[in-house]
Amino acid sequence: MAGAALFGRRMMWRVGTVVALQDETATARTITLKVPDWPGHIAGQHVDVRLTASDGYSAVRSYSIASAPNSEGRVELTVERLPNGEVSPYLTQEVAIGDPLEVRGPIGGWFVWRSEQTEPVQLIAGGSGIVPLMAMIRSRAAVGSAATFRLLYSVREPGAVWYRDELQALSDQNRSVALTYAYTRVAPKGWPRAPSRIDAALIAQTTWPSNLCPTCYVCGPTSFVERAAGLLTTIGNSPDKIRTERFGPTGDRK
Amino acid sequence: MGIISRGFSGRRSAADAKLPPGQYLTTDFPVLSAGPTPHIPLDQWEFVIDDGTDILRRWNWKSFRDLPTETFTVDVHCVTRWSKLGTFWEGVSLDTILADVKTDASYAMARSYGDYTTNLPLKDLMNNQAWIAFRFDNKDLAPEHGGPARLLVPHLYLWKSAKWVRGVTLMHKDKPGFWESLGYHIYGDPWREQRYSGDE
Repeated sequence: MAGAALFGRRMMWRVGTVVALQDETATARTITLKVPDWPGHIAGQHVDVRLTASDGYSAVRSYSIASAPNSEGRVELTVERLPNGEVSPYLTQEVAIGDPLEVRGPIGGWFVWRSEQTEPVQLIAGGSGIVPLMAMIRSRAAVGSAATFRLLYSVREPGAVWYRDELQALSDQNRSVALTYAYTRVAPKGWPRAPSRIDAALIAQTTWPSNLCPTCYVCGPTSFVERAAGLLTTIGNSPDKIRTERFGPTGDRK
Repeated sequence: MGIISRGFSGRRSAADAKLPPGQYLTTDFPVLSAGPTPHIPLDQWEFVIDDGTDILRRWNWKSFRDLPTETFTVDVHCVTRWSKLGTFWEGVSLDTILADVKTDASYAMARSYGDYTTNLPLKDLMNNQAWIAFRFDNKDLAPEHGGPARLLVPHLYLWKSAKWVRGVTLMHKDKPGFWESLGYHIYGDPWREQRYSGDE
């Protein structure tokens, strides 16, 4: 089991090679790495990425894995460029295909979806918090799981959606990933809901009824996660069914 | 040293000298929690010391707040790599909490509202290095930062400083808590960079 790779021995740094780059938006880029001897991962886990300057100074940040578990040692990360970031500007602007990139992982055994899980799943993403949830959606599709997923994806404006075409295709295909967008600043023309933060009505209308006992995964900035997780408990979801991952204001996580 | 990242120079600051390895400085106070933030009314709050079988001491909010308090300024270090220097707190020292407790236990499991747990050697809770903190920056501790009260053990990574703490169980044998069962280090010393299980 992939998570077990964490235990017992020191996690080693591995040198991956950048094999593909794909812009998701003007500020976000997906980096595909091929990592030799990658021990495998579970959807929702993250990696540490290390950059080293010529004088030996190094900086390490954590990034969630966007790709489904696979046997080819392929690890995709989607990184958002933060205006004052130390690592994210390099990863979104400097890195080129063929470059080596040091990674360590996979890390984390809590915010994960395992393909053996059969209960309904509620995903709630705020902005870049979509990344580990996308790994779960891709993992579900890859193994042909019958677990039914709902995704509530909150973004500032339509142009800020990551993975839009793939999400649409997965949602159209078999209707078992039900997709709801929520816009906080600008909504598409004719959108039924005025741009605003997520609220009790939206959560009640678009997430699983709590009597189905869904496992809920909430990921995004701290204030978003606080709000979404609080609203989920308000409509009856048990706190122990709600798993959260938060990116602090300067967490530089994404 | 790692392989050189072509074209990466990084950003260094004078404050880096005060930081444990692999940490960077933040002036915000980011939040890391595994689940929803519990909201505990003060009239229902309690703090209990037990030995796994018997309750040894118990406080409600009023009797807890009648204990002598200390103010202290400490640096805190999160395993997700941010550090915050010079944070100002008020709380009750664990030396005060444990003063009348007779035990030959060597380990402790901190327990929280919301069922979070984290383990520490008992000696790390003693000798003026651990507190039950209830004020931060001269304000009541906000729920997302662990209010009404949290454990604060600043010489270890911050996941050891259990938010929403409700008690400590004394143990003769060490046992992993929540994150320690999920791949994080059993002790978590930031100066030795003990982040993950298997780190030195």
